[in-house]
Amino acid sequence: MSDAQNTTHEAIDEDRRDFIHIATAATAVAGAGALAYVFVDQMNAASDTKAASSLEVDVSKVPLGGEIRVLIGGKPFFIRHRTQAEISAAESVDVSTLPDPQTDDERLRPLPDGEYNRAILVTSGSCTHLGCVPVGPAQGNTGDFGGWYCPCHGSHYDTSGRIRRGPAPSNLPVPDYRYVSPTVINISL
Amino acid sequence: MNFLRFVSAGLGAIAVVASANAAGGALHAHGPEEGWAFEGPLGQLDMESVQRGYQVYREVCASCHSMRMLSYRNLGEPGGPFYDPEYPNANDNPLVKSFAAMDEILDTEPNDVGDYDYRPARTSDTFKAPYPNANAARAANGGALPPDLSVITKARHGGASYIYSLMTGYPSEEAISTVEIEAEVEAPAEGEEAAAPAGPTTETLIDPSRIEALSHGDHHYEGTLVQPVGQYYNPYMAGDTTAQWRGDPRHAPPGGFLAMPPQLTDGRVSYLDGTEATVEQMAKDVANFLQWAGEPKQSQRKSTGLAAMIYLVILAVLLWFSFHRIWRKVDH
Amino acid sequence: MSGHPSTYEPKTGFTKWLDSRLPIVRLAYDSFVDFPTPKNLNYWWTFGGILAVCLMTQILTGVVLAMHYTPTVDGAFASVERIMRDVPYGWLIRYIHANGASMFFLAVYIHMVRGLYYGSYKAPREVLWILGCVIFLLMMGTAFLGYVLPWGQMSYHGANVITGLIGAVPVVGDSIKAWLMGGPSIGNQTIQRFFSLHYLLPFMIAGVVILHIWALHVPGNNNPTGVEARKDKEGLKKDTVPFHPYYTIKDAFAIVVFLIIFAAFVFYAPNVLGHADNYIEANPLVTPAHIVPEWYLLPFYAILRAITFNIGPIDAKLLGVIAMFGSIAILFVLPWLDTSKVRSMRYRPIARQFFFGFVVAGLLLGWCGASNPDDPIIPMGEDQLVVTYTDANGLQATQTYEEYEPAAEFRDSRIEAGQEATIAIKKAPAFRFVHLAQILTLYYFAYFLVILPLLGLREKPKDEPASIHKAVLGNKDRAAPAPAE
Repeated sequence: MSDAQNTTHEAIDEDRRDFIHIATAATAVAGAGALAYVFVDQMNAASDTKAASSLEVDVSKVPLGGEIRVLIGGKPFFIRHRTQAEISAAESVDVSTLPDPQTDDERLRPLPDGEYNRAILVTSGSCTHLGCVPVGPAQGNTGDFGGWYCPCHGSHYDTSGRIRRGPAPSNLPVPDYRYVSPTVINISL
Repeated sequence: MNFLRFVSAGLGAIAVVASANAAGGALHAHGPEEGWAFEGPLGQLDMESVQRGYQVYREVCASCHSMRMLSYRNLGEPGGPFYDPEYPNANDNPLVKSFAAMDEILDTEPNDVGDYDYRPARTSDTFKAPYPNANAARAANGGALPPDLSVITKARHGGASYIYSLMTGYPSEEAISTVEIEAEVEAPAEGEEAAAPAGPTTETLIDPSRIEALSHGDHHYEGTLVQPVGQYYNPYMAGDTTAQWRGDPRHAPPGGFLAMPPQLTDGRVSYLDGTEATVEQMAKDVANFLQWAGEPKQSQRKSTGLAAMIYLVILAVLLWFSFHRIWRKVDH
Repeated sequence: MSGHPSTYEPKTGFTKWLDSRLPIVRLAYDSFVDFPTPKNLNYWWTFGGILAVCLMTQILTGVVLAMHYTPTVDGAFASVERIMRDVPYGWLIRYIHANGASMFFLAVYIHMVRGLYYGSYKAPREVLWILGCVIFLLMMGTAFLGYVLPWGQMSYHGANVITGLIGAVPVVGDSIKAWLMGGPSIGNQTIQRFFSLHYLLPFMIAGVVILHIWALHVPGNNNPTGVEARKDKEGLKKDTVPFHPYYTIKDAFAIVVFLIIFAAFVFYAPNVLGHADNYIEANPLVTPAHIVPEWYLLPFYAILRAITFNIGPIDAKLLGVIAMFGSIAILFVLPWLDTSKVRSMRYRPIARQFFFGFVVAGLLLGWCGASNPDDPIIPMGEDQLVVTYTDANGLQATQTYEEYEPAAEFRDSRIEAGQEATIAIKKAPAFRFVHLAQILTLYYFAYFLVILPLLGLREKPKDEPASIHKAVLGNKDRAAPAPAE
């Protein structure tokens, strides 16, 4: 009567690669994958988080020579209205001497008509050294290069937000923003 | 097999009873004659109706009812009434931005001196609420709180049909009459002047035999319903009319009283798409809008459901064949 | 831990190394691959696997929901709506979790009813059964705690009712109630601790499930004949098959069919098993017209409300609480109440009739729990009208009428005469839900305390098959005509 058991084992062994079992297993795995996607995706940003991750700012409200500071998702951003002197200072620098070489134009975004609004500069407000928020025109200290000064460890940024002196390794990053109209920008994280 | 018979009998009994009872003694809610487009496993919301419904909400309902769970951007998200594939990010959708900008709301962040200013709403804000809190809402509505409408179709038996029936179910003019009542005046005591009559001097009476919705079925309601001041009879409202019924208390008409007077009259809203704004049309549109608002993801739910069911049936069939292949040599 | 000697042979270097340090692969192999399982198990036996899937589903979706849920009075309702609207696939995870609870109970009731019919609670499986009762209790606790979390009207007022029951316990009841709620009333402190406990309990369930499977594997599975599988080498071959692949595939198939029903609810009727009132945010000042728990707790709710009379010093409310908890407690001692030597009701023709009655009683108790206790099922007459007035001597008197017209005339005539008179309804006698619930509760307890003990001693059972193998062959003889020889 060992036939029954042997037959069972034989049946299992020879059937292991039956097409039906492979097809079933493959289908099951595909379903499991779809389910896994759902569980992974739910940790991605929710719609309200995404909505709160961008902000529209009316740049015509920024006083000349001054700036406004906004928080988006807890992160600071500066919108600076530069004077003509400040623009000239930014453009006349020899880029090759900069610790983090970038031209002023590279740090601007175009208006809807394609021209640059050189008066408006938008940068992140976190010092690239260790994350303090640099002081600027409203605080009465723009550092040695007319831009911003970080009081934590003495980094100096110029009127284009580029690092000139101090421990910070790179320029104040320019966030992802675009002009939705000639006077309104949309900054997003 | 016996077991299954008993189970089905039991379940059948439950089903019969569940369908027989209408909530709170109200008339059973019904949808419009043509039914609802969103009903059924393959049903989809009539988006044009939802759009018109939003207009009805804004112009008729929003003065008293908040919708705190909805943001303007929801209108432009996929599955929403104003979704535009050209603007996958609803916060950029110009129509949605204009709906938001038309409403002034109190800022949540204080200004530089610590005060809160009014500003135009952004797409990320929730719908403007008519009142800052429940107490203000009650004070403005005679003590009654207009419920938030965010999930109203899920919070009422009958859902969209309930909204439709309620809004179209108010008694027509011919069923309502007002009568003078004799106020009892006490004879003045000696030397004193007559006191002013206390209490209301008119009564609003409803004649249920003139209400079309109540004339279906076997029973005819003979008697009069007294409508208290500030309350309005509606046969679809859950409640008990016995206390206000002048007639056989065993056969008081179904329905109840609510603090909201009838809101919809023909032409109350001028639809932007030119549809004629009859009471039935507006009720249907706002019910569709509220159905969407209660669960904006319902379209996605049904389409995902179709894919899931097909997948599961295929997998079940494959598993069946696998199962029988494995068991084919075993006596069982 | 299973009752049969292990046949696992590690083949690779790694598996041999691991096996000598922590034989976990051996444990899994012995329990779920090679485990000898009776070959005649029918589909009622697939619900164990289905329940394991339900538990995993609830834990997975629950942990995910906890990432987005706010356990505060002000934030809870809105956070659930945020999950439904803003969290990617939040609507799906929420509906799976809510309907998953219902599917979990559906499966557990079928699983328990299987145990009752086939005598799976009888020796040597008493501890297995008791562990199952513990799991059932933990499930009810988890479900109650979880239902409070969305903070709807039913959540809040249902919690009020259940904590009120605990207050009915004499002497210590009120202190325990205040201790549970974290204060004199249900508030923030309550919802936060209920959230924590709701997260904890399923893991305790998982632990008891492991014990439950261990307790099963010592004697091995019961089977529809109630006749134990033979443990000798030859008997094992004839009566059993290895769990894998025979029952892994059968369980997989049954699980997918179960998932089809589950998916039908989740995608097409996600709110039909719930209550509309729970989409109204909790308002302590407004009590819903009918407070009802979720469907799976209705039979116990019916038993609770069935006791409307006092017995001596014990009042009806406390008696109802005792009856409700008693109806669950009695399950724990079932193995000692049923005196029959025969396990499976297949061979107990009288007992199985009472068993079907028990199942019907359970379903009808659920119906009673959903209904108003005072509502009539079978009216025994028409409601009458009673006019209450003061008579000529100044005493209160009543007159009863069938029709409204004469009653109104009489009342008006009394008022005209300067007396006070009112009309009220006198309800006709009727067989009401409360009466049905009382009868069914009596049957429920009688089934365990009277019927099963007596029947075991009195009943003449049918002949059981000699073995599983013989029973299976017997089926084959009956199913197919004898081959020509």
